[in-house]
Amino acid sequence: MKQTMYVCSVGIAAPGLPDWATAQAVLRGEAPYSGAELPPYQPQLLPPNERRRAPPAVRQAFRAAEDAVSRSPRPPAELATVFASSEADMGIIHRICTALNQPARVISPTDFHNTVHNAAAGYWSIAVGARGPSNTLCGHDVTLAVALLETAAQVTTDDCDVLLVLYDVPPPPPLYQERPISSSSSVALVLTRQREPGCLGELSLDVVPHAPDSTMSDAALEALRLSNPATRALPLLQLLAAGGAGTVYVQHGDGQTLRIQLSP
Amino acid sequence: MKPLAITSYTVTTALGRGLDAQAAALREERCGLHDRGFETSTLQTWIGEVAGLDQPLPAAWADWDCRNNRLADIGLQQDGFDAAVAAARERHGAARVGVFMGTSTAGVQQTELAYRVLEDGRLPHWFNHRTSQNVYAVADYVRLRLGLGGVCSAISTACSSSAKVFASASRAIATGQCDAAVVGGIDSLCLTTLYGFNALQLISPEVCRPADAHRTGLSIGEAAGFALLEPDRGQAPLRLEGYGESSDAHHMSSPDPDGRGAAAAMGDALRRAGATPDSIGYINLHGTGTQANDLAEDKAVCALFGRNMPCSSTKGWTGHTLGAAGIVEAVFSLLCLRDGFLPRSLNTRQVDPLIESAIVLESRRQPLRRVITNSFGFGGSNCSLVFGTAA
Repeated sequence: MKQTMYVCSVGIAAPGLPDWATAQAVLRGEAPYSGAELPPYQPQLLPPNERRRAPPAVRQAFRAAEDAVSRSPRPPAELATVFASSEADMGIIHRICTALNQPARVISPTDFHNTVHNAAAGYWSIAVGARGPSNTLCGHDVTLAVALLETAAQVTTDDCDVLLVLYDVPPPPPLYQERPISSSSSVALVLTRQREPGCLGELSLDVVPHAPDSTMSDAALEALRLSNPATRALPLLQLLAAGGAGTVYVQHGDGQTLRIQLSP
Repeated sequence: MKPLAITSYTVTTALGRGLDAQAAALREERCGLHDRGFETSTLQTWIGEVAGLDQPLPAAWADWDCRNNRLADIGLQQDGFDAAVAAARERHGAARVGVFMGTSTAGVQQTELAYRVLEDGRLPHWFNHRTSQNVYAVADYVRLRLGLGGVCSAISTACSSSAKVFASASRAIATGQCDAAVVGGIDSLCLTTLYGFNALQLISPEVCRPADAHRTGLSIGEAAGFALLEPDRGQAPLRLEGYGESSDAHHMSSPDPDGRGAAAAMGDALRRAGATPDSIGYINLHGTGTQANDLAEDKAVCALFGRNMPCSSTKGWTGHTLGAAGIVEAVFSLLCLRDGFLPRSLNTRQVDPLIESAIVLESRRQPLRRVITNSFGFGGSNCSLVFGTAA
């Protein structure tokens, strides 16, 4: 069964791609790509207390989310949210597991409340006053497919418009040896029931038997795609940047692939 | 929404394995909490520990071995749940039965153990992040163990996680992503949560006393629970009738003191169920036993249901099982409907005079047509579920 939703706006923050305007030019082949890590980001929408407490993964999520809502005609408080991350903040897990090996076992209370996988969703709801439904998901390397399916189900079943935010940041050593996410990246999409002004296209999703993932032809962008579960969305973003029609495939699970069809 | 039939359900908590153990403990007023420490913890606290988690997974599943997956594995084997899923797999096909699992800390206890034995700063060879610590690990483990190959999602919204699995599964069935869904939640004891909640000064040195005038906070527990949801064709006596979700937009670790988010979630669940407040017979409260939660939730309950709706928290029996609390209390709500039974608020001696709702202080038998259960989490994540008997 196909599920349809409209792409109202896009946001991105990844090495060499500080915002959607830059990314569009790169993904259309109009500007060269150079993959330098972005400098640390101060979320614009957070109140000062929360801004001080927000850990790196939350800041990374906010950067793309703020970019997406800045281009959307829909006030962010009206949007339901789906946040999706494979790891959220492994830096905090590292600090806590290290502290638990010290005799005093002192854990920072802020660190502890920031360990919840839905920390970014919580900070976001505070930042924009969003009191609607919010979900936070994990699908390890298939987080993109898991999140798109949940988002489509919310849009089509619960009759709401959704801000989808995908984000991950590199774990510190020694966890990096087990989970080598090598870039700080996030991608956000505002997905709506109706075609909004400035709509970038209509997405149809369905699950098909296993097909190879869509890839990027540029080697540096392909490396970026593989560097982070969030940047698995790059082939979809390239289609959106081109403004045309097309199909991308993203890994879903055993023997299954999510097929995403874009029409203008 | 179209109600969904609950064609099988089970839960394993500190009260024991499976439904009979829970129902017997509720009848006999047997508390599952004890004041022995967990693992190497030296905190003065009560915990709700599931017995038997020192046994490793069978050899074929050794790559997945960790406390959280062991707990999932034991939970799946109770009440014929794995057999019920196998039958559903036959009916619908393995790719058409979805898996939606809630957890907050997944297998992070495995990471705690690995950090004790770092060698030259490197993790030990037995540590496997993908199959233990990662939040998706337990969802993928449950999917593989049940032989399923369809949509599979891990939901991690702190203590509302395994209530929200019912919402996501309902949507997935409604949109045709799957024809049936295994929902559930698994969270296991670890030092991260014990010392973390202690750092927030939310852990009680004595047993958890929800709604009590002298309550001093949480007792942490662990649990695994599951339910099988299928389109309702009158094949099962109990149904999921509604879900409601909201965000507080207030604070990361404290609820909105006015309970607006809690009220919005309950209201949304009633609306989706097509139910009026007076059609509800009992509310299973989130009721953690912290000062802030119990007061805020009480405001929300009174605003929607008035002061006479029977309600209680069952965390005095099981402890707060965090990411598994949603499924534990969903299954307890199903037992209340099945048995026509209202459990009392265990360990509550004197209700806080600021709490105005009708806290059940003596368990009683009473036929129930419809109940609502609340789960609220850090980050202001709220979810309420309405369950009912088939009309």
